[in-house]
Amino acid sequence: MPVIETRQLTKYYGKARGIVDVSLQVEEGEIFGFIGPNGAGKTTTIRLLLGLIFPTRGEARIFGKDAIKDGPEIRRHIGYLPSEVFYYEGMKVIDLLKYAASFYPGDHTKRLHELAEYMELDLHRKIEDLSYGNRKKVGIVQGLLHRPKLVFLDEPTLGLDPLMQRKFFDLIREENARGVTVFFSSHILGEVQRLCQRVGIIKEGQLIEVSDIRTLQQNNYKRIYVAAREIPSGYFDRPGVTNLEAVNGGVRFFYKGDIDAIVARISALDLIDVTIEEPTLEEIFMHYYE
Amino acid sequence: MNTNIFQFELRMKLKSALTWSIAVVAVSLIYLGLYPSLAQEADLLEQAIRQFPPQFLQAFGMQHFHLDTIMGFYSFVFLFIQVLLAVQASMYGVGLVSVDEAEFTADFLLTRPVTRGQILTSKFLASFVVLTLTNAVVWVSSLAFLELFDAGRGYDQHAVILLLSSIVLFQLFFLTAGAAISLLVKRVRSVTPYALALAFGMYLLGAFSGMLGDVKLELITPFKHFDPNAIIENDAWDPSLVAISIAVILISIAITYWRYLHRDIPAVA
Repeated sequence: MPVIETRQLTKYYGKARGIVDVSLQVEEGEIFGFIGPNGAGKTTTIRLLLGLIFPTRGEARIFGKDAIKDGPEIRRHIGYLPSEVFYYEGMKVIDLLKYAASFYPGDHTKRLHELAEYMELDLHRKIEDLSYGNRKKVGIVQGLLHRPKLVFLDEPTLGLDPLMQRKFFDLIREENARGVTVFFSSHILGEVQRLCQRVGIIKEGQLIEVSDIRTLQQNNYKRIYVAAREIPSGYFDRPGVTNLEAVNGGVRFFYKGDIDAIVARISALDLIDVTIEEPTLEEIFMHYYE
Repeated sequence: MNTNIFQFELRMKLKSALTWSIAVVAVSLIYLGLYPSLAQEADLLEQAIRQFPPQFLQAFGMQHFHLDTIMGFYSFVFLFIQVLLAVQASMYGVGLVSVDEAEFTADFLLTRPVTRGQILTSKFLASFVVLTLTNAVVWVSSLAFLELFDAGRGYDQHAVILLLSSIVLFQLFFLTAGAAISLLVKRVRSVTPYALALAFGMYLLGAFSGMLGDVKLELITPFKHFDPNAIIENDAWDPSLVAISIAVILISIAITYWRYLHRDIPAVA
């Protein structure tokens, strides 16, 4: 049984498009990446699954139960980290976290302190005095302290410094190793690639691809820049090479195909510089529109 | 009803309850405390006040302004207290759920394992308890100051009890109507303008209705339903007017629950 299952899930805000006919499945224990540019419908999808907004049509099931009708029961096992974090300003961090914990049966004090210590969060400061990054940490702790079985992360790394990002990813991996399912929404392909096993790509409200992260990478273009003492003309005229252009004393092109073959070809040159990069999200989308 | 939310909302409002209570006590003390000295000049003052246009007197609840006992004066003070209570209850009503959306804490609350009905009921009850605290302060301070400052002339205790008993419904009117309005408009970004418009709008409807000659409009305002002058004069509530107040409260509660249970919570824009 999938942990999340949507069928033709659709949301219009009046006439404005939210998402259209999104059908997807997230299996238990996986980290599912949900990527798309801003405004594509990532947040709308998450808010529908959390019961914050109501679908125009279609349905969503979580743990096999109806996301709206059984919402309160489902949410007992859900952790949610919103992209923008706003909390009761006048409160101290510890009081807010205790309030959050009070909604779940059992004692969560130990886990609360563990998480706060790990994320280096000062529990006794007032929320209004916290920096954006520190608020984000409060968000992380409140989302995980009750040991949820399913975690929604909406652009979670926004505002976290690189060191904290790494700690946060380690934390998510740890949770995942314990069997927690993670729904990770982001517009940054790199972090999705680092963490996720499968990804769904959403554009203009529609789910245009769901695939294994490896398949996606294999099927995808690399962006290659080569600078060498001499590059014979037509040297890179071969299958898989597109958009070839001369720049800065070298050439730049997209490549799709056997990576070993192109690296062998490049290394035969008298090289000055080489970069092989992941395509940006926009470039991936270009690929899906071909 | 969820005890966590109830306690949390209660704690958030205690400071405000204290502030409003102090305001109510201060108003009662300052005005009623004036009575003993005014009573000595009662005749002169009444003559002076009769010179004002009747519309003016009506607007300030002074058309039956008598100083022979403290009651005539108290009806005027009670109207002042009503205005304070109306603003307080409207603030709580309009802010009941809209504050969470304006400050983006709605997501925090609504992603917990509780139903929207539980959230709303807990918030309603917390606000009602805080309003009742203020109500209790009005009772105690009014009874104490009337006893203290009646200049030995005595006062109509039955009418005072009738006035004080009307506060519960008066507060509920503004609490529930405020909540209903906040859920009927698209989005409340700031509570104060809506709350002040509701409270003073109703006050003005009651104050100037006679002047405009339009009897129908004044029927919806609790300032008319619980008009202190009329209650003191008749020594009774007007049952049909009170029924309108109760009807508005029930309809507002129904609208509030219906709208909130079906509401799309806006995301951070």
